[in-house]
Amino acid sequence: MQSVRVIPCLDVDAGRVVKGVRFTGLREAGDPAVLAAEYDAQGADEVVFLDITASSDGRDTMVDAVRRTAEQVFIPLTVGGGIRGVDDARRMLRAGADKVGVNTAAVQRPQLVSEIAGEFGAQCVVVAIDARRRAGTGEPRFEVYTHGGRRASGVDAVEWAARVEALGAGEILLTSMDRDGTRDGYDLELTGAVVSACRLPVVASGGVGNLDHLVEGARHGADAVLAASIFHFGEHTVAEAKERLSGAGFPVRPPAAYPPVGPERSAS
Amino acid sequence: MLAVLDYGIGNLRSAQKALERVGADARLVTTAAEARGAAGVVLPGVGAFGACMAALRRSGLDQAAYAAVEAGTPFLGICVGMQLLYEGSEEDPEASGLGILAGRVQRLPDTVKRPQMQWNRLELRRPDDPLVADLGPDPWVYFVHSYVAPPSPGLVAVCDYGGPQAAVVAAPKLWATQFHPEKSGPVGLALLANFVRIAYPA
Repeated sequence: MQSVRVIPCLDVDAGRVVKGVRFTGLREAGDPAVLAAEYDAQGADEVVFLDITASSDGRDTMVDAVRRTAEQVFIPLTVGGGIRGVDDARRMLRAGADKVGVNTAAVQRPQLVSEIAGEFGAQCVVVAIDARRRAGTGEPRFEVYTHGGRRASGVDAVEWAARVEALGAGEILLTSMDRDGTRDGYDLELTGAVVSACRLPVVASGGVGNLDHLVEGARHGADAVLAASIFHFGEHTVAEAKERLSGAGFPVRPPAAYPPVGPERSAS
Repeated sequence: MLAVLDYGIGNLRSAQKALERVGADARLVTTAAEARGAAGVVLPGVGAFGACMAALRRSGLDQAAYAAVEAGTPFLGICVGMQLLYEGSEEDPEASGLGILAGRVQRLPDTVKRPQMQWNRLELRRPDDPLVADLGPDPWVYFVHSYVAPPSPGLVAVCDYGGPQAAVVAAPKLWATQFHPEKSGPVGLALLANFVRIAYPA
């Protein structure tokens, strides 16, 4: 059975969550480890940390946040952003990340995908593709953007997806830069085009404003649906997202199917 | 002490932390000598079969695995650590496995996406096996793999992915899971707690 994963994404700057995550009742709402534990309790299938840290000191703080998360959250953790080489990947994986996301560095030097896959296995290499529609008529075309969506690379997003599969990637995290932050829903033509172009699992990202958008992503072939603000602002829980997907006929892991084992989860 | 065999691949910290979470004194060990006297032995693994097998031999920890199995010390293989127990794998046909279990690891069928990178539901074939006791009515666990153990009479649980695929296998004093219990939330922790109870019988 093919199930659909629901993945909350946290933007982290120097070890602190940014973009104002508001949960009631959590004292440390800026701590990625605490928020990851909260999403775990809601039934999240995975958590993504997007590291937007600029400084190297901040990067150390990020490694520490990953370590603290891995000590208390027993679901898969992906860390993307700032992975420039095999050593950066090793640091994050050693700290407890299960997968690392690469974007800019892989576009600049595609061999990096093969290097990380060769060293740690394809299963831990997520290629993050930030894509934007090209102007023009006819069949839509999408271009890969790097440097946090600021720089056009000239690379076609659909061709890039097929290429990174051949290079040994294990998964694609596909973000529509046109839709990111709009709450208008995923760019479903982009999702569908990349799903058709490669056999890798594809995580749809960018633009989710309501739970029906998650269902649309799954209908267009996404293996996993990622969202940020609808979860962060407490509009919807992960459990509600799963209920909607399940109601639409997509198998999902039932949230909180069994009580936790061992010492009580603590929020500190 | 539970010995988690650390032969220099991937993220073993999660397995150790998850075992600690369920109350075990779990330690990463890098030599066969350190593993001696352990109440239980855990063999994790991620990445390619051939690379894992080569690293395991290089570390000398293959001897720790053989010694534990021979002594009847409770043993748990996880993911590629499960696959290494077999004689070989379609992934790296020239590499030989530990050969503790009969048969060869095969590729997942062409009809499904590879890798299987998702949560899937366990279907218990032998619900009386102590490793899968009390996992709740609807146990889902996290898989990441492109290859899978062959069908065998020792199957404790399967998942449906292009047909029934080996998810948990058991032999006397030996268990192995294709999924990652250390990444499978409460269900995975419950399974690891079962292994700890097997290693430290009351």
